[in-house]
Amino acid sequence: MRQFRRCNVASLILGVLVLVGCASQQESEPAAQPEAPVEVAPVQTQPVQAEPEATDFDNRSRPLMPSGRILATKFYFELDQARLSARDLRLLEMHANILTRNRDRRLVIEGHCDERGTREYNLALGERRANAVSSFLTSAGVRRSQIDTVSYGEERPDDPGHDESAWSKNRRAVVIYR
Amino acid sequence: MKTLICWTALVSLHSLDALEIVIDRGNDNPTPIAIVPFASSNSNGAVSGVISFDLVRSGQFSPLEEENMLSYPSQPGDVYFRDWRVLGMEYVLIGRHLDRLDGRVTVTYHLFDVSAEREVKSGEITAGRERIRDIAHRIADEVYEEITGIRGAFSTRILYVLVENIGTSYARYKLEMADSDGERPRTLFETSEPLLSPSWSPDGQRIAYVSFETGRPAIVIQELESNVRERLPPYPGLNGAPAFSPDGRELAMVLSRDGNPEIYTMEIAAPARRPRRVTRHVSAIDTEPGWTPDGKSLIFTSDRGGRPQIYRIDLRTSLTERLTYQGDYNARARLLPDGRHLVYVHRREGVYHIAWQDLETDEGPRVLTETSLDESPSLAPNGTMLIYATQDQGRGILAVVSIDGQVKYKLPSSAGDVREPSWSPYLDTLSATRGL
Repeated sequence: MRQFRRCNVASLILGVLVLVGCASQQESEPAAQPEAPVEVAPVQTQPVQAEPEATDFDNRSRPLMPSGRILATKFYFELDQARLSARDLRLLEMHANILTRNRDRRLVIEGHCDERGTREYNLALGERRANAVSSFLTSAGVRRSQIDTVSYGEERPDDPGHDESAWSKNRRAVVIYR
Repeated sequence: MKTLICWTALVSLHSLDALEIVIDRGNDNPTPIAIVPFASSNSNGAVSGVISFDLVRSGQFSPLEEENMLSYPSQPGDVYFRDWRVLGMEYVLIGRHLDRLDGRVTVTYHLFDVSAEREVKSGEITAGRERIRDIAHRIADEVYEEITGIRGAFSTRILYVLVENIGTSYARYKLEMADSDGERPRTLFETSEPLLSPSWSPDGQRIAYVSFETGRPAIVIQELESNVRERLPPYPGLNGAPAFSPDGRELAMVLSRDGNPEIYTMEIAAPARRPRRVTRHVSAIDTEPGWTPDGKSLIFTSDRGGRPQIYRIDLRTSLTERLTYQGDYNARARLLPDGRHLVYVHRREGVYHIAWQDLETDEGPRVLTETSLDESPSLAPNGTMLIYATQDQGRGILAVVSIDGQVKYKLPSSAGDVREPSWSPYLDTLSATRGL
């Protein structure tokens, strides 16, 4: 994945602009580089910033993968569990890289649960999920002072439904850049 | 099942934003009682209607319908026992209610045992006119105690959280307090952020709850009379599950300031208010503390064994004992006033129920509820019933079940999703009544 960083920065930005239109937070596989449209003038009038900040975030401050795609910020869990999947760890490593390159950036990690079980236990379980993300990031070099965690337990579902499909979306940790 | 009477006439007495009551099931052998409409210059039937509904909700009584009565006495001399015996009644309650010149009302009642042909209880209560429902609940308590030998818990209140516009970005969380029958709700606090875990002080004058009003959880203590709120300075991480000790001096709570959720106790009146750590289990979740009636131990939920189970810890010796073994999810336990029986959330085949367990004989867990996604059991102060939160067609509702599992009713709200119920202790809302 690293070789993408050596790509022409301008074409990366173009790629991002194209992607923003159909951005999905769930992109996890590196996709083929989109073809750069030939006639997109406005970008070329901007002086290209060579510092890392320019490629780590898009113009709406969303974190980017080295490929230029938007990096997933939600990580899902099994029932009663706070274990991160191997895929999530790879994505979180990219977050860690962004945060170590940008020491001024801070992160809030929210922990959430599905509605099953008791509310206070779920607050604790949500905290455990947020902490799982937080410890991985700190072990990957992010400073503790860059990270803040908060658990909402089952209080803030992403999907208000009451079935397995809703529950699987609600058992999550969310990273929010400040 | 005899109490499956249509109470639509009574429902019409309910205000719109109150919780409604839908009775699912009553006791198999409810006591037949005639509650004669109380004589009154106005508001006919208001007092006796409330009494009737209280007794029906207990599941232990089956009040005679008014149109089936042969007479409507309001004075002891007008009660003809033969009439009531013919109708199969075991008890008759009569009364009258007088508007006084000082603007207050006086309600007098007499309870008769039909087979013994004698008056067994009577009383007179005077209070402001706006307290007519308090008077009715009080009479229901006295009738209930006279007949069952158990103190009545109708003159109690419930706290709960009402969520309006749930699932939208303009959700409102309201901490509500209502009569035990869901009537006269009033909002104690309102915010756009989650509220949970309300609990009562043992004197019923203060409550504690968790509020996310600042975006982070904090424990709030609120005085009911003045509505003065005090937000305890939050520690980093969780600040949750507040529970007053039986003497009202301490608050048990959960803090995760040391890295993971642990149980603490704090003296409320102490100037420095330093939380004292009770549990020490670095990798486990310890939460949902509840006091034993003697105030010497706490019961709590912990996943130190890999799955959430209920434990008890002695506050002096720190000796800890696991109380539940069946099932892989047992949480949020509360002890009955006898200190011997436990109720908690129990998962069975993926369904969350409220279950009961006898700690001395180890009988249980016996599942009390037929609903699913049940949580937050809270006991009536006489230990006969518990209120809990569940779901009905995707909506959060409250429900009540008797400890023997026989009596069940639901309290939905037309105003939104309701959850996190907490039953008050006994409340002395009226000065003692005078026997006649």
